[in-house]
Amino acid sequence: MNNSNSTPAISSPFVAESLTVAQVMRTVIYALIPGILIYISLFGWGVLINIFIASVSAVIFEWLMLLLRDKNVKTFLFDGSAVLTAILLALAIPPSVPWWIPVIGSFFAIVVAKHLYGGIGYNTFNPAMAAYAILLISFPRELSLWNAPLDQVNQSLSFIESVKYSFLQVLPTTLSFDSMTSATLLDYVRTEVGLGRNIEEISQSTIFGYMSGAGYEWVNAGFLLGGLWLIYRKIISWHIPVSMLLAITCISAICYLIDDKSFTSPLVHLFGGAAILGAFFIATDPITASTTPVGRIIYGLGIGFLTFSIRVWGGYPDGVAFAVLLMGLTVPLLDYYTAPKVYGARSSYDKT
Amino acid sequence: MIKLWKFKGGIKLAGFKSLSNNSEIKKIPSPERIILPLRQHIGEISEATVNLGDRVYKGQLIAESNSFISAPIHASSSGTVIDIDKYPIPHQSGILEMCIVIKPDGLDEWDPTIKPNTNPELLTADEMRHSIRQAGIVGLGGAVFPSAAKLKPTRTIDTLVINGVECEPYITCDDALMRSRAEDIISGLLLLRKLLQPVECIIAVEDNKPEAIQTLENAIEKLKSEGIGSANTIRIVAIPTVFPTGGEKQLIKVLTGKEVPQNGLPYEVGVVCLNVGTTAAVYDALYLGKPLLSRIMTVTGPQIKKPANFEVLIGTPIENVLAAAGGASSKDNMLIMGGPMMGMPLPHSNIPVVKATNCILVESVEKQSKPSAMPCIRCGTCATVCPMNLLPQQLYWHSRGKEFEKLTHYNLADCIECGCCSVVCPSKIPLVHYFRFAKTEKMEHESKTKFADQSRIRTQKREERLERIKQEKELIKAKRKLERQKRKSASVKKEVTDNVKVG
Repeated sequence: MNNSNSTPAISSPFVAESLTVAQVMRTVIYALIPGILIYISLFGWGVLINIFIASVSAVIFEWLMLLLRDKNVKTFLFDGSAVLTAILLALAIPPSVPWWIPVIGSFFAIVVAKHLYGGIGYNTFNPAMAAYAILLISFPRELSLWNAPLDQVNQSLSFIESVKYSFLQVLPTTLSFDSMTSATLLDYVRTEVGLGRNIEEISQSTIFGYMSGAGYEWVNAGFLLGGLWLIYRKIISWHIPVSMLLAITCISAICYLIDDKSFTSPLVHLFGGAAILGAFFIATDPITASTTPVGRIIYGLGIGFLTFSIRVWGGYPDGVAFAVLLMGLTVPLLDYYTAPKVYGARSSYDKT
Repeated sequence: MIKLWKFKGGIKLAGFKSLSNNSEIKKIPSPERIILPLRQHIGEISEATVNLGDRVYKGQLIAESNSFISAPIHASSSGTVIDIDKYPIPHQSGILEMCIVIKPDGLDEWDPTIKPNTNPELLTADEMRHSIRQAGIVGLGGAVFPSAAKLKPTRTIDTLVINGVECEPYITCDDALMRSRAEDIISGLLLLRKLLQPVECIIAVEDNKPEAIQTLENAIEKLKSEGIGSANTIRIVAIPTVFPTGGEKQLIKVLTGKEVPQNGLPYEVGVVCLNVGTTAAVYDALYLGKPLLSRIMTVTGPQIKKPANFEVLIGTPIENVLAAAGGASSKDNMLIMGGPMMGMPLPHSNIPVVKATNCILVESVEKQSKPSAMPCIRCGTCATVCPMNLLPQQLYWHSRGKEFEKLTHYNLADCIECGCCSVVCPSKIPLVHYFRFAKTEKMEHESKTKFADQSRIRTQKREERLERIKQEKELIKAKRKLERQKRKSASVKKEVTDNVKVG
């Protein structure tokens, strides 16, 4: 690896106008801010504490791995990719978890999923989602206890109390853990429909908000805003988010039209769970996504379809992480078979 | 209003055109030495037709070749041939190639055989092509392909495109030419129109050059008012400023919606495309009888004191041109021949201006040092800006791995080296540099493979031949043996019969 920080230009072009990797990563982090702020305001300080713990531990793991792998720390440590991975991981786990959950998550994301595969640019699986999947399988209890919106609980934790809970798992005496948490919308619907109740009865629950999960729908609206801004800034292309959300909308609409007693409306699926966050921020991770326009559309459609399938017929309430990991396996093939026709070529590539 | 198409990709770039296009075209005093490389074009190198010590006239032919794809070289001023040897030519590595060096006598005495032609319209197509060839005209947009070869298409031409796009940042020599010699360009175009008989003629200019567009339109009006009705058939088309619209393939797509076939030439889709500078040179050759002796070039960049356009004799050392532009501001400069996107860095300024030299860009070395490359993050931005719709990212992987079959699969040969992918790459990977390198590596690999194949076939043939000879020898041996045995048995028989007879 080249250890100097710059090299003289050897041949044209002699024009430098583009963004750097660090700027791209930073822009994506900025785009997450509206959603994060709404999340904190509706669900408490735990969100911020998780982001902080995950980010700090991710940067430390990144630094250690760069040292171990004898890489240029200056170039790679501040590329923003470790922090972005950490934030996405922190957003994927419930706000009130012990501190070691985000730390173990960061370890899997940075050390295993990223550096053991060769570091930035070489990882086969989305680090944040790989780590989330590992956490979900290893610590199902911690990962399934989600906070209820603050306006639905009697007493909320102050910042200090949240920090105390994260590190010592100590709650104020007046508060029990159960009173803070509730099932998520997707989980609730799954369980209740499984028990034979119909959607009309279920949707009377306070877990339902205006369109989807109470509170979470606004967080997702915040992520949607940030995601659209990323498309506007041309940091991500529209192909993956649009095709993924389109797939979820279409298949959930079909199911809903056929049987509205056991299937919820498409809005529940779009604004519940990690659909929006996944579509704009996770599935669009360039390193693990398809790179051609047609490939990206197929990739997005696949993720959307798998997400819905896992939610409705699979073993987990949400399926974005597994869908992204599964579709990641198809990327080399997608890229190969969807290469666009070159200028002046008679047909597309020969598939030899 | 003509319908314009779009080519896929391309990028918008800051122009920096006003640095150099605000003044008149300046002349440069005759240099002390004129160095004329014998290869200033694509194709066969020319051979000197003059000897050391010969006196040459201005405009006299001094080197030529019999090859169809080649162009002769002319003395750009009168003087004495003082050397015919290898000198540095415009090339990144400062490579040397055969040049004729002339010491001008200051008289600028024209070759007496050069005479204007008052009625070039009466020339036949072949005569025109011959004159264009003999004038040493090559594509002055930078590709320096011999123009006469381009003007001999094997099918009918629908569209003759005159390229005044000039999409590279900084360069304004075509702009300056269009503003100063619009009528000559139109007259040259009318002759080319007669030569090629196209259905339509288009002069394409980027919409960031409104003054050039206006001057060309005025020139058409003027010719029309002088009764030259054919001027009516020329259309000036303003096209959106996107790099690299000036690339021949991209321009053809924008104007006609057609794509030049892979490994093909524009005439196959009924288009011939020539640069405005080339068109003006055609005017000079056919109306004035003058060969290509000088060109307009831009000297510009942040590190030069007085950026401007100059009319420069071919063969003038670049240091003279830099001096005429006020000299470079500091020592840590970088000289680039051509524009910032596709230009070539020069090792020093003791190199002559050639037919391809449209611009000398003086940049600061410091500003041009690039941050070290990060690994590719597969963002695919390179593919979205590629005007050839290639997948630069895949090409990059296989260039690094020197996987030549994969490089063929991903159409490396179609890369026009425009530089868009390198510019947008967030990881700052010098993609085009990899592609240039891979192209030469691939060529070398292919010639080696070819050589190895030939050697193998040769060895095989030799072995077959040896085997055959061996077999033939054995056959002869066997035959002889058989004959010997026959003879033996015959003689034994004879003996026996003799004995019997005796007995």
